Amino acid sequence: MTEINFSILVISLLLYVLLGGADFGGGILELLTKGKASGIVSRAIAPVWEANHVWLILVVVILFVGFPPVYSTILTALHIPVLLVLLGIILRGSAFTFRHYDIDEATPKAIYSTIFQYSSLFTTFFLGVTLGGVILGNISLDYQDGFYKVYVHPWLNWFSMSMGLFLVLLFAFLAGIFTVSELKEEKYIRYFSRIAKRLIIALVIVGAMVFIAAEISGHPLFYEFYHSPVSLGSIVLATIALPLLWINLNKNKRNMLRIIGGFQTTMIVTGWFAIQFPVLVKVSSGDDITLQNSSAPEQVQFYLLIALVVGVLIILPSMAYLYKTFKFDKQSSSESI
Amino acid sequence: MDAFMAARMQMAVSLGFHIIFACIGMVMPWFMFVAEWKWLRTNNPVYLDLAKAWAKGVAIFFAVGAVSGTVLSFELGMLWPTFMEHAGPIFGMPFSWEGTAFFLEAIALGLFLYGWKRLNKWVHLYTGMVVGIAGVLSGIFVVSANAWMNAPSGFDWVNGQAENIDPVKAMFNKAWFSQAHHMTIAAFSATGFAVAGVHAMLYLKNKLEIHAKAITIALAFASVAAVLQPLSGDLAAKNVAKLQPAKLAAFESHFETQEKAPLIIGGIPDVEKREVKYAIKLPGFLSFLAHGDFNAEVKGLEEFPEEEWPPVPITHYSFQLMVGIGMFLMLIAFIFWAASFKWKHWQEKKWWLKILILATPLGFIAIEAGWIVTEVGRQPWIIYGIMKTKDSLTPMPGIQYTFYTISAVYLLLSFIVTWLLSRQIKVLQSKYLSK
Ligand code: HDD
Ligand code: HEM
Ligand code: HEM
Repeated sequence: MTEINFSILVISLLLYVLLGGADFGGGILELLTKGKASGIVSRAIAPVWEANHVWLILVVVILFVGFPPVYSTILTALHIPVLLVLLGIILRGSAFTFRHYDIDEATPKAIYSTIFQYSSLFTTFFLGVTLGGVILGNISLDYQDGFYKVYVHPWLNWFSMSMGLFLVLLFAFLAGIFTVSELKEEKYIRYFSRIAKRLIIALVIVGAMVFIAAEISGHPLFYEFYHSPVSLGSIVLATIALPLLWINLNKNKRNMLRIIGGFQTTMIVTGWFAIQFPVLVKVSSGDDITLQNSSAPEQVQFYLLIALVVGVLIILPSMAYLYKTFKFDKQSSSESI
Repeated sequence: MDAFMAARMQMAVSLGFHIIFACIGMVMPWFMFVAEWKWLRTNNPVYLDLAKAWAKGVAIFFAVGAVSGTVLSFELGMLWPTFMEHAGPIFGMPFSWEGTAFFLEAIALGLFLYGWKRLNKWVHLYTGMVVGIAGVLSGIFVVSANAWMNAPSGFDWVNGQAENIDPVKAMFNKAWFSQAHHMTIAAFSATGFAVAGVHAMLYLKNKLEIHAKAITIALAFASVAAVLQPLSGDLAAKNVAKLQPAKLAAFESHFETQEKAPLIIGGIPDVEKREVKYAIKLPGFLSFLAHGDFNAEVKGLEEFPEEEWPPVPITHYSFQLMVGIGMFLMLIAFIFWAASFKWKHWQEKKWWLKILILATPLGFIAIEAGWIVTEVGRQPWIIYGIMKTKDSLTPMPGIQYTFYTISAVYLLLSFIVTWLLSRQIKVLQSKYLSK
């Protein structure tokens, strides 16, 4: 049961990266394109915006119900980057909504846009930094160790920073793919295809940087990837997906683009989990927090599973209906009230 | 301020902020539902305009509610990791159900806000109802989690570890029902009076049909809630008397154990001298309220070691404030009924509209006060009788700074939301007048 709940956790995380990620990326993309994308992504995303972010809450709830030490350790050792992520979430969520609903006047809209764009970048970066901190293994459970050692060292290092950068590019890339597949005007399609291609190149370079930064920060990522067939396979598949994406960007096949983009991201997440598993949080003393030693009792997992299964049965059809109503539809951008 | 105080204040600010948006998210969908339904039944376009105008406001509130709620789900662990590590698996069940309710709410809200033209009218109306139901359910689930902190059950506490965890028993703890119905009623009352007040203000300026209709819908809900509130509060108080006698004693500043205990109205508690100055005392009434018998014995604070006393004055003042507002709102509800059934001309009277304007913030003030009663009244415990709040504090130093930051952000956000809403109202109003 623990394993099933954990799988649901991973799937929620993946969906958050894919759906929430495209949304975060929307803000970053607006920034990169100096406002040219303004509105395109956010208009497409507005009806599903709230729903996309509930995945994060689901992740958090499964963590503190099913794997409480993971939740409390991450939020203690990585308090600072998580706080930064939260501030970003508050700013971008409100700015996004205010921009959408405020009366049409140029000045406040421009301010909301600026806040939305920069906080999207900021939030994504620190989300990546936090992830980096969880993977790297500089977390100290000895809270007497001194402020720097306990609360700063786990995330202020090359690896976490490169993870931050990587996530920024990944989310921007997802948003790019999403945007291209939403567009109708030829000239915009060409423009955004070009951006998407540049992002792909940047992603490959920063991806390589992540590996190098890992070595510098003392985490043998190369070695671990090499020794896990699943990870190696995922990375190979993710790399093969790149030229396919490129070709489809040229041909502008919308649904293909979405599918390959989603597949590629899924492979990256899978590759990461495969080397990490069953360790959930790496700890400097070596007493890693694993699936087994952090799991809540069987009884708790059982009721958690029931809630999740019932939830899935209710949510999936409604979610499908929501997407059907607003996404795979001839008249794209939605008219709001 | 030390880190402990800062953490408690940060929790209070974050929750006090979130609860306002949560209540609106729970209740406004019902108002919109009624407005839309009336439109479908009567074909009067005013109702449609009203539903759409409300929907715009709700979208803003909902988004801020969602981000502040997301922040909360992290804050619990960032401030109280020890608490969450032990409590998470026990009181997590309502949270995991709440997840489903949130999802449903977010999905239905997306359909409702953006689907005016795409969905069949009745399907659209139905999505509005789903938003309302899911909102109320999510409110009930969280409150049940909170009630567990007041009435912990569903586990055995052995050497500082929880064993034999039974999540179902924990969820349906002894306080969940009394807190859940009181909270749900409070949300309807507070939101209803707030909406009625805003429309009363606009109606006083321009006697537009839309505002009259809005006031009627909002008060139809709020008046029923306001009359039920004191009854439901009485049940809550009886429950507290049973489960947390120290808390009850604190909100009544009841220091000595007594039979025929007096109900204390107003007054300034002096904790050192163990007395309440300048209060009105109704002999026997506290015994009656707490135990349903004028002669019953009510435990005073003296029964408990002083380090287990909750902060008495704050709890006392908040309780008095809540009850006072509760009585006032009930009075307004009776006037509303009189004005609806017998003296219809009252509805146009200035004094009536002014009362409504006065009541705009009261429900929300009572909600904040009520939560202070509940949460401060539980101190020094985070899990009543099991774990002390100070023992569950994060080891991270410098929480003062996160408290200042979070408070500043929420303060700013409150200003922007208020400003945005008033602009929204102005523009809608002028559009309406020029029609
Ligand atoms: C519109 C808001 C409102 C109004 C008018 C009242 N209340 Fe209340 N009260 C709340 C809103 C509220 C609340 C915010 O919803 C609380 C906080 C926690 C809870 O479950 O409900 C609460 C808590 C609360 C508690 C503590 C429960 C606990 O600690 O477990 C008691 C004893 C009462 N109330 C009693 C009353 C009485 C006797 C009222 C008489 C008029 C009253 N309330 C009016
Ligand atoms: C939204 C309505 C709520 C409000 C306004 C509120 C208010 C407060 C206040 C004022 C405090 C500080 C008490 C003190 O330290 O003296 C507090 C503490 C706390 N509350 Fe609530 N509360 C609410 C609901 C909840 C819910 C639903 C939960 C959890 C399920 C919760 C969990 C906590 C925790 C963990 C603390 C910190 C520990 C403590 O001080 O006891 N609260 N809250
Ligand atoms: C008595 C206290 C509370 C009540 C009544 C309440 C109720 C609600 C409601 C009705 C919503 C729907 C959003 C909206 O309409 O604005 C909401 C949102 C949310 N609440 Fe609370 N809540 C309370 C306290 C808490 C606490 C303590 C937490 C965290 C542990 C929390 C976490 C959330 C989250 C994550 C959301 C966003 C969900 C979404 O995106 O739809 N809430 N809350």
